[in-house]
Amino acid sequence: MNNIRNFSIIAHIDHGKSTLSDRLIQTADIVSDRDFQDQILDTMDIERERGITIKSQTVCLPYTANDGNIYFLNLIDTPGHVDFTYEVSRALASCEGALLLVDASQGVEAQTLANLYLAMEHDLVIIPVINKIDLPSADAERVKKQINEDLGLDPETAILVSAKEGTGIDIVLEAIVKNLPPPSGDPGAPFKALIFDSHYDAYRGTIVHIRVFQGKIKAGNTIIFMSSQAAYKVEEVGVFQIERLPQNELTAGQVGYFIAGIKTVSDTRCGDTITIKDRPCDASMPGFKESKPVVFSSIYPVASDGYEELAVALEKLKLNDAALIYEKDTSKALGFGFRCGFLGLLHLEVVQERLEREYGLSLILTSPSVQYELIMTDGSKFTIDNPALYPDPSGIVQTKEPFIRAAIIVPDRYMGAVMNLCLDRRGINTNYQYLTSDRLEMIFEIPLAEIVYDFYDTLKSITQGYGSFDYDLLKFRETDLVKTDILINGERVDALSQLVHRDKAEKRARQVCGKLRDEIPRQMFKIAIQGAIGAKIISRKTISPFRKDVTAKCYGGDITRKRKLLEKQKKGKKRMKMVGQVMIPQSAFLAVLKTDTD
Amino acid sequence: MVCTAPFLFDTLYLGGGTPSLLEAEVIDSIIDAVRNRFKFLKAAEITVEVNPGAVTFGQLKTYHRAGANRINIGVQSFDQSNLDFLGRIHTADDAIYVLNASRKAGFENIGLDLIYGIPGQTVTSWLADLVKAVEFAPEHLACYMLTYEPKTPLSIARKKGRFNPLSKKIVFDLFETTLTFLTTNGYEQYEISNFSKKVIGSPGLRRSRHNQKYWSAVPYLGLGPSAHSFCSPKRQWNHRSVRRYINDLNNGVLPIMGQEVLTRSQRMIEAFCLGLRRKNGISFESFNQAFGVDFEQVIGDVIPDLEEKGLIKADQHHFALSQKGLLFLDSITEMFITHPAFSAGTRL
Repeated sequence: MNNIRNFSIIAHIDHGKSTLSDRLIQTADIVSDRDFQDQILDTMDIERERGITIKSQTVCLPYTANDGNIYFLNLIDTPGHVDFTYEVSRALASCEGALLLVDASQGVEAQTLANLYLAMEHDLVIIPVINKIDLPSADAERVKKQINEDLGLDPETAILVSAKEGTGIDIVLEAIVKNLPPPSGDPGAPFKALIFDSHYDAYRGTIVHIRVFQGKIKAGNTIIFMSSQAAYKVEEVGVFQIERLPQNELTAGQVGYFIAGIKTVSDTRCGDTITIKDRPCDASMPGFKESKPVVFSSIYPVASDGYEELAVALEKLKLNDAALIYEKDTSKALGFGFRCGFLGLLHLEVVQERLEREYGLSLILTSPSVQYELIMTDGSKFTIDNPALYPDPSGIVQTKEPFIRAAIIVPDRYMGAVMNLCLDRRGINTNYQYLTSDRLEMIFEIPLAEIVYDFYDTLKSITQGYGSFDYDLLKFRETDLVKTDILINGERVDALSQLVHRDKAEKRARQVCGKLRDEIPRQMFKIAIQGAIGAKIISRKTISPFRKDVTAKCYGGDITRKRKLLEKQKKGKKRMKMVGQVMIPQSAFLAVLKTDTD
Repeated sequence: MVCTAPFLFDTLYLGGGTPSLLEAEVIDSIIDAVRNRFKFLKAAEITVEVNPGAVTFGQLKTYHRAGANRINIGVQSFDQSNLDFLGRIHTADDAIYVLNASRKAGFENIGLDLIYGIPGQTVTSWLADLVKAVEFAPEHLACYMLTYEPKTPLSIARKKGRFNPLSKKIVFDLFETTLTFLTTNGYEQYEISNFSKKVIGSPGLRRSRHNQKYWSAVPYLGLGPSAHSFCSPKRQWNHRSVRRYINDLNNGVLPIMGQEVLTRSQRMIEAFCLGLRRKNGISFESFNQAFGVDFEQVIGDVIPDLEEKGLIKADQHHFALSQKGLLFLDSITEMFITHPAFSAGTRL
């Protein structure tokens, strides 16, 4: 056990986590250079393109240290986005140490801080690593100062690397061996392991990623999940070396996987504890909770006969995405679809993109909503996330909405801009403190509904990319909610209804009407687009009918140009959905989804 | 070149630019060379495009002798201020000279191009141009609406506020004036900007046979820099640079700058956008034949709707835009091509 090190890399998006992982893997020599592909742990196209890790991966690196001994370094990769904080915490719970990666030019950001707090909660030993020292804008001294002042870590222990150029990688590997403690745990005690991830394999079913804390596991054992008491017979155990490498057994301290004929990843719970049925351990690992979706949206196929295909695609996606939940939904305007729950807006976008890209579907998504708690006059209480199910408001006594605690770190010159943004989003500034002489951390309590649109993008743009953001969910608080409807030529389009705070309703309705006016093509008749609360019209836009054209001449050389113009128009208007008499392009629904700017 | 089938050509058009800048004998030898190299119908329509101020009676006579039987004159306007605005080198008198000289040289088929929508123009001043044009009884009239193509000197000048463009309303008034005036003066509008003199017993006789080819997806061969050739589904175009064009030919290479092979959906877009420009419109039968669909079954419901709005006229065999519909050419084209029945991925 002394030759095992279990560690994660914690970092803000873009600080180079994937590149550093690649270098560590390369140095450990388990992948031939020929097979090496940049960002080897990010296996999905979307992950590579967006530069984020959605599905974490684990890899066991054999490393011969300067002391001549061979060590097994288990790198447990973590998802890199605020939507996946719980998954990060489970991965960290499986480690003894962590590399804290900071970009030499960007410095410490909110997510770095949040993840560092998570790591500290698990008593991990932290090795600060300053990356991208090859950049001209790198300022390692300033970052060291931040590491000292913002994070309270010893700046002298920081290792300077350029993952891109491969400098400093050996020092990192040596530091992992020397400075991180080996795992502890009695191999002879009853088996106890933590599930920190799982993924689906088309041939073998669910591959469960575990960290063994005590005891041993091998093929033939019957294990039980402590949360559900479900029992499975283990078919195979092993470790990850990019590919799965079967082992006779996994013992205390090791990180690896087991396969036990589990059909979907939803049958396993990240953070759950497993043990062996015949000789169970006494208690579960602490900190288990079910990850709960916080953002909801309905997904409909554009093609009226696309429901079955969508159902099949969601089912397949769900095999590998335990956090995704869905149930059947119907809309008068859009037909059959699914109401889905997501961990956050990024999660929603990833699911949408995967459905479109990997399954070739054209989708319409309804405006994302959070969950509200309603207390009715008869004393009953229920939660609602779907505007279509919003009851008669006269029967509602009280409505509550979820709040978050947002931590934002910015250079102090953006303080005013951030303050305005958060106040505009109904936020309350509870606290702020200078981390260094010119950087401050601002804490806000903001309704979750206000951040599900484009909060993060707006924050990035008003702070010119310097603002960073992290959040925790708080309790529900009382609110004043209304349902805004959109009427097209007098017909209510249920898929465009939204639940909005009363103060925001008019502005929002106006924005939606404006977007629809821009996206819906002119037709032969005038189209009225109205926003309404109940019977009260709060905004109105019209699309005038066909417009007269200026006609150019059109001979041999003009034809291609003219056709290209028409092709462009056709592309913008493709995938139309007939709603009543009006054709609404998919782009109109998508534009509404993102609206929160004037 | 594009097509390999042996073709019988029935039109020849020397135009684009100002061919009359060439010596008349050169035009003569070009016509000769083309007629020797390709098979031509005896009664082929052979047009030479000329610009007033750049052609003499003597040249016109040579063209006629060489076999040209049609002259197309870029008059643009009889109003000096309009000619100045358009940057034309000729005067109204030059135009009148060419019109008279063409007749005298023996041409029985004369086409005349006019432009309207010029800043400062009014219905009255445009009517004066039309009246003047009709005085010469040309067999053919092309009336083009002034358009501001991106990046041209004209649209740059407009952006810089060098002049006040006409309001759209006036431009459309001028369009309607054109239609009303010409159709009551013995001309038929056979394409959105093209008019021909009605001949009793053979109303379409004076249409430009050549121009009609561009709108009906039949093959044509373009020679010279920038010229486009088409043989469905392929279109190709020559180098714009004269030097490159010559070099390629000297090196025994076809001077082709680009080509495209139209997909079915692209062909369909062209069928709509070109077909709807024409009085003949779109024939259900040829559309069905070209695209293997049953038009009426697929989007037949759109036709009565447009008919009711007075935008199209349809009978059993074809449909075409009405006079009112022509004003909405782009919107109606767009409506057809974005119709879900024709959208990508939808099986017909």
